[in-house]
Amino acid sequence: MFKKNQYINPYIGGFFIGLMMIAAYYFSGEGLGSSGGFRDVTAGVVNGIAPKFANNSAYYGRLVEDGRNPFNTWLVFEMIGIIFGAIVSAALFNRLKFEIGKSPKISNKKRLVAALLGGLFWGVGSQLGRGCTSGLVMSGMAVSSLSGYIGLMAIFGGGYIFAYFFRKLWI
Amino acid sequence: MGPLFPQGIISEPVNHLIAVFIGLIFGFFLEASGFTNTRKLAGVFYGYDFVVLKVFFTAAVTSALGLFLMNYYGLIDIKLTFYPATFWLPTLVGGIIMALGFIVGGFCPGTSFCAASTGKIDGMVFVGGVFLGILGYSFTYKALFEKLRNSGNIGQVNIADWLGISEGLFLFLLTTVAIAAFIFVTWLQNKLNSKKDPQFLQDLGV
Repeated sequence: MFKKNQYINPYIGGFFIGLMMIAAYYFSGEGLGSSGGFRDVTAGVVNGIAPKFANNSAYYGRLVEDGRNPFNTWLVFEMIGIIFGAIVSAALFNRLKFEIGKSPKISNKKRLVAALLGGLFWGVGSQLGRGCTSGLVMSGMAVSSLSGYIGLMAIFGGGYIFAYFFRKLWI
Repeated sequence: MGPLFPQGIISEPVNHLIAVFIGLIFGFFLEASGFTNTRKLAGVFYGYDFVVLKVFFTAAVTSALGLFLMNYYGLIDIKLTFYPATFWLPTLVGGIIMALGFIVGGFCPGTSFCAASTGKIDGMVFVGGVFLGILGYSFTYKALFEKLRNSGNIGQVNIADWLGISEGLFLFLLTTVAIAAFIFVTWLQNKLNSKKDPQFLQDLGV
């Protein structure tokens, strides 16, 4: 089963991710997420450095009010699990090594600058849009929320529109 | 009956322990499906690898059908969950910004986090970008984003109600569309890749 650089059947992978989504709603009443965890960690760091600022901030205020600790959230614990789960899988399939994933036609520098920019867009977009592919779209679709479908259309539909303009990065 | 934590049936520490366990399996299957490989992710937009579509829609259909049936048979009360409210305008605008981030950066936050955890340097840089993006957003929130983020609020809206059909019918249609899409993209991917260099495809793990 664990051949080097092999991937599992995508339908099996999707099925188990779907089961974890059901488990998340059943036990905790919320879906899987990622950008929310990033937000909580950011809020925790800002709160640690400048608690007064965080409390008075329109953005961080609700995350730290009443002495709440932004590190102590469901999403932060879920993300700790994600780190170990990903490492176990990568180790089993012999993919655990330092490298830069990119098209061979572009330089490392170009790839890393693009990755940084892409991350910046996600940071802003996920906060404005109330979640990312996991927390907005997949978790929304799991409970048939309209928000998930709007996110699906915008992220994937938008992706196909932008794809043409950035094709040199990938093909 | 679920959801357990919102009803106080399990304590917060137990809920957080479950979060670690759920994250572990989630992270394992994201990695095992190939989601730490940025080229496999980008493939869905260029037609050489549809793994994202297959995994994503299988997960969405599995969870939507599962939760619908559990709600129907009284195993969970969806109304007691933190059901997302729909703010259509900021979600649309934010989604388009995220789309740009997807094409430029080749990850989404969850996949970048897995990639960074398993040694992908582009994933680590992307994760840094997400943190910087959130910081930048937070410092300009009042001036630039607050009004837009709170606009377009139409409350907790179920898409089947919104379309005026039953949720059972909606999920039947969703499943049908997903299966048709799986068949179509498998055919399309084989057709497009038949002319490509076998080494290119082997490197991608297609």
